[in-house]
Amino acid sequence: MQILDALAQGILLGGLYTLFAVGLSIMFGVMRIVNLAHGDFAILAAFLAILLVGETSFPVWLVVAITVPAFAAIGYFLQRTLFQQSLNSGPLSTLLVTFGMSIVIQNALLEAFSANPQRLDVGQLATASFPVGPIAIPYIGVLGLMLAILCIVAIELFLRRTATGRMTRAVSDDPDTARLTGANSRHIYGLATGIAFGAVAIAGLLLAARSSVEPTAGSMRLIFAFEAVVIGGLGSLWGTLVGGLSLGVVQTLVAHFDPSSSILAGHLLFLLVLAFRPQGLIPARSL
Amino acid sequence: MNTPNSLLIRRSRRSSNLSFVALGLVAVGLVMMPYVVYQSVTSSMVMLFVLVIIASMWNLLAGFGGLVSIGQQAYIGIGAYTVIVMADLGVHPLIGVFFGALTSAMLALPTSWLAFRLRGDYFAVGTWVIAEVYRLVMIKFQFVGGADGKSLVGLSGLDPVMRSALTYWFALGIAILTVLGCFWLLRSRIGLALTAIRDDEVSARAGGIDATRIKRIVYLVSAAGCGLAGGILVVDALRVQPDAIFSVSWSAYMIFIVIIGGIGYLEGPLIGALVFFAMQQFLAEMGTWYLMLLGVLAICAAAWFPKGLWGAFSQKTGFRLFPVGYHVAQRFDTPVDSRAPLFRN
Repeated sequence: MQILDALAQGILLGGLYTLFAVGLSIMFGVMRIVNLAHGDFAILAAFLAILLVGETSFPVWLVVAITVPAFAAIGYFLQRTLFQQSLNSGPLSTLLVTFGMSIVIQNALLEAFSANPQRLDVGQLATASFPVGPIAIPYIGVLGLMLAILCIVAIELFLRRTATGRMTRAVSDDPDTARLTGANSRHIYGLATGIAFGAVAIAGLLLAARSSVEPTAGSMRLIFAFEAVVIGGLGSLWGTLVGGLSLGVVQTLVAHFDPSSSILAGHLLFLLVLAFRPQGLIPARSL
Repeated sequence: MNTPNSLLIRRSRRSSNLSFVALGLVAVGLVMMPYVVYQSVTSSMVMLFVLVIIASMWNLLAGFGGLVSIGQQAYIGIGAYTVIVMADLGVHPLIGVFFGALTSAMLALPTSWLAFRLRGDYFAVGTWVIAEVYRLVMIKFQFVGGADGKSLVGLSGLDPVMRSALTYWFALGIAILTVLGCFWLLRSRIGLALTAIRDDEVSARAGGIDATRIKRIVYLVSAAGCGLAGGILVVDALRVQPDAIFSVSWSAYMIFIVIIGGIGYLEGPLIGALVFFAMQQFLAEMGTWYLMLLGVLAICAAAWFPKGLWGAFSQKTGFRLFPVGYHVAQRFDTPVDSRAPLFRN
């Protein structure tokens, strides 16, 4: 029965991992950028929300409603300025720029908030759960999984059903040709980064609501997100969901037997997939 | 008449020959240091040499091989742990350092089979994960102290002053060997292939270069170099701590040094290491602000100043400390003997 409980917890944790991974997947799919500061932006969002909740009397839903769009806007702005500039500077440049950002964000957070772990206070939601047979399912875990699925559905609908979405796919396939047909690739890039940053802000807030976070937690979040993307298969959002869930389940199941090996087990799953199924569990197609 | 054989192509210019003499003098000066300055100076210089080694290795990997790794700390750690384990078996730590390079290269081979499946940017994060795996596996081994790390045996009998000077010379020697090794590698056939791959991988492959093999060689060399650096670190500190030796900060340092100094130039890591070392000496007390400054500098350099300090300088003046390319030394008005070799060293 405990195994069943661990399995359920793993699936819910996987939902959170997926939420982190979606943004990474989008940015790589559209711009071939791997944002090494991806996890750090999530933690930044979490700490900004913690600050807002602490300093103002805003209710949590209002803080979320401020933080997430703000991050989408930051994403758009960063893409139009710094990321675009580094895309023009050569293939290595975006990696180096985002790695630099990761260092800046982590140390700025350490300076502003100290190294102590902090938590976003969401009241009852953080601990409440409902029973399903013998196991207790936490509401916040279900919320995470639902948000992850919702994000993927929304992005898929955007990409398939809207004119801008079709344009995004065209730009992702071949930016130069898409530009010839009238696509404003820079604006499209900005939108894609905006979506990614919005998603990662949601992930960061959810993470901070579930458990306390410290300023340097972003690196590990990036690694988990990356593993989810590769395990699921590059370029496929539903694959990313499968990857996130697999990672969550493996980590939680192994933690059930040996807590100190949980993260290593996740890494090993990633290496196994890389060795025997490098196209990922759900074979990729272009975005 | 401008047929190709009316040109005399050379690798070195007079200025680079002169600068070799100057570099030799600098090296001699560095060798004399322990007789002249305080021990505290030479012991902090060991860190400079380590930085030169790891940055040169990263430059070889990223600047010439196009392989941006954020996981080279894996090999720093493996090199360091090898020294510890070999010392337990009775091998002198300074000899153990070379075994560290060997172990690193040996483990880099299977690692490259996995990591090379990831293209471009994903390779970077993949190598990071692999470095994490090495750290997490290492702390499972109790005979090397688990998560606490372990002290180095085998050097404790030495007089501290002598030990400090010995470490200094050893690190200096390895740093010089690493830089000269890179220089030699880039002038060899592998270097020519690497340059072709760096400029255009598809054309290089079409021209008959086995790009994957060349990249793997560079990856192994770079791992061995980082293994040496890890060995020096443990000989210097006399102990190893897994979180510190496998820290991703090493990658941050390598990247910063190479970007500031000039990626794709052998001179870049030397200049970058000096800049970084100076900043570390003067600003390290600022803690997080110092690291933020490093990050901001790296961002600005990567986005707006991709050639780095040496790249900008070299482009203005045409000056190369290490002649790895070719240039037209002389153009004759009439063709020279067409049987004469076109390329001359």
